[in-house]
Amino acid sequence: MTALLEVKGLKVQVEDNEILHGLDLTVNQGEVHAIMGPNGSGKSTLSHVIAGKPGYDVTAGEILFKGEDVLEMAPDERAAKGVFLAFQYPVEIPGVTTMNFLRTALNAQRKARGEAELLVPDFLKKVRSVADSLNIPMDMLKRGVNVGFSGGEKKRNEILQMALFQPSLCILDEMDSGLDIDALRVAADGVNVLRSKDRAMVVITHYQRLLNYIVPDFVHVMSKGRVVKSGGKELALELEESGYAQFEDKAA
Amino acid sequence: MNVALVKPTTDHALGELFAAAQSRLPGSGTVAEVRQIAFDDFVRRGLPHRRIEEWKYTDLRALLREVAPLAPAPDQAAFARAAKAVKSLGIDSTQKLVLVDGVFAPQLSDVTALEAGVHVRALREVLEDNDNKVRADLLKTSVASDAMISLNAALATDGVVIDVAEGIALAKPVHIVHVATNSSTSLVTRSLLKVGKGAHMTFVESFVAAEGAESYQTHDSVVIWIGDGAELQHVRLMEDALDAANISTGIVTIGAKAKLNTFNLTNGGNVSRYQGFITFAGEGSELTTNGVNLLGARRHGDTTLVVDHAVPHCTSREVFRSVLDDRAHSVFQGRIIVRPDAQKTDGKMMTRALLLSDEAEADNKPELEIFADDVTCGHGATAGALDESLLFYLRARGLPENEAQALLIAAFVGEAIESIVDDNLRDFAVAAAERWLATRG
Repeated sequence: MTALLEVKGLKVQVEDNEILHGLDLTVNQGEVHAIMGPNGSGKSTLSHVIAGKPGYDVTAGEILFKGEDVLEMAPDERAAKGVFLAFQYPVEIPGVTTMNFLRTALNAQRKARGEAELLVPDFLKKVRSVADSLNIPMDMLKRGVNVGFSGGEKKRNEILQMALFQPSLCILDEMDSGLDIDALRVAADGVNVLRSKDRAMVVITHYQRLLNYIVPDFVHVMSKGRVVKSGGKELALELEESGYAQFEDKAA
Repeated sequence: MNVALVKPTTDHALGELFAAAQSRLPGSGTVAEVRQIAFDDFVRRGLPHRRIEEWKYTDLRALLREVAPLAPAPDQAAFARAAKAVKSLGIDSTQKLVLVDGVFAPQLSDVTALEAGVHVRALREVLEDNDNKVRADLLKTSVASDAMISLNAALATDGVVIDVAEGIALAKPVHIVHVATNSSTSLVTRSLLKVGKGAHMTFVESFVAAEGAESYQTHDSVVIWIGDGAELQHVRLMEDALDAANISTGIVTIGAKAKLNTFNLTNGGNVSRYQGFITFAGEGSELTTNGVNLLGARRHGDTTLVVDHAVPHCTSREVFRSVLDDRAHSVFQGRIIVRPDAQKTDGKMMTRALLLSDEAEADNKPELEIFADDVTCGHGATAGALDESLLFYLRARGLPENEAQALLIAAFVGEAIESIVDDNLRDFAVAAAERWLATRG
């Protein structure tokens, strides 16, 4: 069976600064992987490069998604094929209502896959049911994308999109940042509903706290641009006690 | 540029222009005298050029070279083509007053279906009415001394004179539609609108080309008085042919406790300038103005606004946006004058340019002339490309690059279009912006 995501020997530079120094990661369908590590270890860089954010220079290695080389694909092609990045800091887009944005994005993905556009009533029905489950009032969707949203509302809006687009790979970049415990629980519940044997998740986080709510199958520790240790969910607890310092020494 | 060399040939051409136009120009006696004075003024100045401060960024000697001869009076075929153009505008919700090649066309207008309280006469008819002692005043302007205003007064062939009665609220917008059917000629028009005290109305101006009309020049002016307590929604939609020129002037006087909300869209013309002179003549009035220039190729669009706070306690807000592609050039000049007595004035202007190409240019010249000491005035400007982080967000959600750009541009323009109160006109402006976006491919 082909892995859903295979990252092999990935080296990435920003300007002349190498951030990832040969990273390997394999994620199969149905698995939830947590990537932990201190600030500056390259966790977010990995998520950005998988999603296709400009400004990163891949100097070695490859990223295969469903066996295809994603580095050759534009970000929108990756999205249409099922890659979804939930942003650490979702942007605000004044003048574009969330509704319009969701419909445009969903139809763009469907079009890229050769599927017919969703009719407005079907689309509305879909959005309404997903929004209800995430406690997102429909009024909020009539406002500009994320404009005036709280941190928790922005993250819920990301999960709403995830639920709507049904991607096969969800990368959650520091989903817990800026959330209090109640907001975190709502967001985590939204994510857990989307766990399925057809979908994999990569949960990037600095803190173990999030992993109490989204329990991973595998945990990887990143330090200085490499995966320095991999294990089961117990590794996260271990880290909580001993901290990242041990790995920083190892990587150096 | 050697102005001395250029000018004599221009003078010569101008003399012929006026002579040739004589038979087309309505009004004798005092009207003819006013025209002659205006024309002499224009000949003395010639087309404005870069050494004239107000025209520094829009050098008409370089951009226009000369004033094209007047368009011939439209024949039946021209009216038929104009009718088609009016129809394809797709705005059904207005009371239209159609000017074809600079001539009022009642047969294409809604003259018999005007709302009660709206009185319309052709400018030509008023100028030719020798019993009307003030007819020549219709061609005079006191607010600004400007070569193009003089040219307009000298050569205006027609226009409409609109009177809206005091205290009424119009259900439908009054809509002047300028249609060009001829190529390489000038359309010179002048219209006047008087909004009675306490009246509420929407006034629309559209500029369009009939199929096949190319390289023409529109020279329009509109003079508006807003009575005390009146509210005017003014929407201007310039969608002239892409190789045409449009040099237009708006002169507005606002009474006391009145409101003016203006929106200008420049979505056509190779060379265009809209210069607005807005004067607060009564206390407690408000002005909001929004403008959008959508320019591509090597097109040049200039919006120049002079807001004169001549009296105290008035508020003005100007937000001007431009979206520039290829080697387009957008100009915004905004001057706010606060007279010595105009205390408690609150005047602000803002310019935002979206540059889609490295070779596009946006010039911005704000000027504050403040002679009172208890006022709030300010200006700001931003210019830049589309935000990369917003583009990536949209692309990460599946939007191809061109669609992501289009969505962000539409949002940028949409914030201005939101200021249009009338639903149909707002939809029309949105559609116009979408048409522009579609041409980008």
